[in-house]
Amino acid sequence: MPETETLDEAKRIMQICNACRYCEGYCAVFPAMTKRLNFNDGDVTYLANLCHGCQGCYYACQYAPPHEFAVNVPKTFAKLRGETYRDYAWPGIFKKLFEGNGKWVALIVVALTVIVTGLTYAIQGVDVVSGVYKGEGSFYKVIPHDVIVYVASAPFLFAILAFFVGLMKFWKDIGAKPMDLLHPRALTKALKDAGQMKYMGGGGHGCNYPDDNYSMGRRVAHQFTMWGFLLCFAATSVATVYHYVFGWPAPYDYFSVPVVLGTLGGIGLLIGPPGLLMIKKKADPEPQDTKQHGMDIAFLWLLFLTGLTGLALLALRETSLMGLLLAVHLGIVLGMFVTFPYGKMVHAVYRLGALIRFAHENDVKK
Amino acid sequence: MPPTAFLEPHDVLILGAGNAAMSAAITARKMGASVLMIESADKDLRGGNSRHVRNIRYSHNAATDYVTGAYEASEYMTDLMRVTDGNTNEELMRFMIEASEDCADWMIEQGIKFQPPLSGTLGLARTNAFFLGGGKAMMNSYFKTCEKLGIDIVFEAEVEDVEMEGSKFVAAQVRHKGELHRVEARTVVLASGGFEANIEWLKEGWGDIAENFLVRGSPMNTGKVLRSMLNNGAKSVGVPEQCHAVAIDGRAPQFDGGISTRVDCVIFSVVVNKNGDRFYDEGEDIWPKRYAIWGRLVAKQPDQVAYAVIDSKSMGLFMPTVYSPIQSDTLAGLAEQLGVDAPTMEKTIADYNAGVQPGDFNATEPDGCHTEGVEPKKSNWARKIDTPPYYGYPVKMGITFTYLGLEVNKRAQVFMNDDKPAQNIWAAGEIMAGNILGQGYAGGTGMAIGNVFGRIAGEEAARHARN
Repeated sequence: MPETETLDEAKRIMQICNACRYCEGYCAVFPAMTKRLNFNDGDVTYLANLCHGCQGCYYACQYAPPHEFAVNVPKTFAKLRGETYRDYAWPGIFKKLFEGNGKWVALIVVALTVIVTGLTYAIQGVDVVSGVYKGEGSFYKVIPHDVIVYVASAPFLFAILAFFVGLMKFWKDIGAKPMDLLHPRALTKALKDAGQMKYMGGGGHGCNYPDDNYSMGRRVAHQFTMWGFLLCFAATSVATVYHYVFGWPAPYDYFSVPVVLGTLGGIGLLIGPPGLLMIKKKADPEPQDTKQHGMDIAFLWLLFLTGLTGLALLALRETSLMGLLLAVHLGIVLGMFVTFPYGKMVHAVYRLGALIRFAHENDVKK
Repeated sequence: MPPTAFLEPHDVLILGAGNAAMSAAITARKMGASVLMIESADKDLRGGNSRHVRNIRYSHNAATDYVTGAYEASEYMTDLMRVTDGNTNEELMRFMIEASEDCADWMIEQGIKFQPPLSGTLGLARTNAFFLGGGKAMMNSYFKTCEKLGIDIVFEAEVEDVEMEGSKFVAAQVRHKGELHRVEARTVVLASGGFEANIEWLKEGWGDIAENFLVRGSPMNTGKVLRSMLNNGAKSVGVPEQCHAVAIDGRAPQFDGGISTRVDCVIFSVVVNKNGDRFYDEGEDIWPKRYAIWGRLVAKQPDQVAYAVIDSKSMGLFMPTVYSPIQSDTLAGLAEQLGVDAPTMEKTIADYNAGVQPGDFNATEPDGCHTEGVEPKKSNWARKIDTPPYYGYPVKMGITFTYLGLEVNKRAQVFMNDDKPAQNIWAAGEIMAGNILGQGYAGGTGMAIGNVFGRIAGEEAARHARN
């Protein structure tokens, strides 16, 4: 559970909001709030993770500072979310990675990239790494396929496990039953809302950015980021099937399914994360928890670099730079997987959990 | 140093920066006039009482994305005639209602966002369109539009006095950052609200009890412009004690408590004064009528305070409150914490309980559950107060806005005491709402009055200034 002080502040604010309700048109948080008369720790943890940080309610708030009620929902919920990420981290020993997260993520990613690249050169020698290869299996002449698979899949599978453990802790604390997580209609609705980033729509007009101005900019940038990431992930998945099921080793043709998916995804990651970084830089800090910016910025850079190195590898795969780019790209992807459960990526897990809970609550009501 | 906007006389000077002021400013500016707005609040509190509103009641012939059905002008008229008890300028009322038809469309053109009708829309989903995020979000959109149109606005500038030659406006005396400036303009639109934040003025109508009133909206509405106009020979409409006032939580801040401080449990409660006596039928009628009458009822009680007492059966039947109720396992304990005479309150509730008749309780509509042999009677929702814990809410009168204002005609022209319109002065919003609202209120009407007369005032002023 997050800090008592943060939980108490969230409860104080929700009691005020629940007596006002002017913001019910913005997102899911306020309709979910109105289902409750009192707010316990789990309720505010749930509502905080349901909040997409669109900030509409802050600029609309007649009780925002300097009013004595000092209502600041987006900031309070952002802080609470940050504490959620830390407290549900598993194994618990890694909770401290959420203190100064940006530095940790940067350090881990840089270290892993240097290690992977260094080992590649050390083991294979400069001549092999700098060779020019064409055709089937050329990547594996620099780094053997099995090595790539083991090195990348181990932290990836561990991340999935860590996400699951964190989600179950969260799920229990917000007072939901385990089976509700798999409720088919709720799950479908939640995935749809997440896929569309519905609640970055701020009631149809977008988030408030950089001040009280309505803008779809953040939603668009986030869509490029999320779908860019998912397309890259899909590209890797298809390639895995090609390799193991059909026995077709990479690299693939420019118009093959994995390359098209990966290229589109990579482009998404070149557009989305810089967009979100710019928005973060320009936006009013008042409705945000600026202490988390390090975590946000590290994650966005990580996604951007993943896309950039992936596309560079594609473009230069038949040149002598392929070996270096492959090692760097692999190092960054490895860094991304290793830091997945201990960085901003976890927001997706709890946000989706909260959306399922919201859809389930509404479904049951009907 | 005066703000640069003060140096050059504008075509139209607008006093205030709420909904009515914006309606006037934008209309005048779009007609090509140069416009200066004077706002007494700073940027955080800008927009007067409009920052606390939620919706607008306007006539419409069909459902739209924002309202669930038609609300014809005739029905609107019937509603306002009923709440004002005919205490109105009927012709002006009809005119306002008919002109209100395009209010929502006009606001949307200015960038204001409405929300689809939702569950929490208080039974007003058909008649009123709700601003997405409420009044402050609406005001933010207005200010954005002003910026785009090149309307000058000076914040933290309070009009101390209006300078006139006969029935002609010449200049406003404006205090900005401690200094007094003389601001000339060709025309002026008065949209500076009422005087509900001026307790001394309220005392003229209410006597000393006004000391105990809470002001639900802006502390800036002190009525200086209205007072100055009356001193200059403008004709008034309405009386000082007429206002819209409701019962709100007695623990609310003196100003700006807004919507969240309302206490919605009256119908399920027994309301006693500090002596422990009941004084009115708590189950008289459905919301929002009772909501509006309880402010005045409470104002007539000793120390202008009353206490709504419920038991645990009623918890959860009404809108949650911003302040948690005071709670006790015994009525005597509750009375003590509330500061009510305990033996009397216990007796009052015992007598009330004895009078409660059996019936089928229904929280959502008048259910006929009533008392007998108890004075005053409770006509609906009467259930015994017998299941601890007991809860109490202190309630006081929260004044929303005042009705004493300036007489105007359909052109929003301000009248002088000789019954002739002033030459270059128009009024819109709360400062003239008393022409239509002699008493009573129907939620969202103030926004329609402000928008309709604001646009007319802006248009008239712009045309006058440019001729």
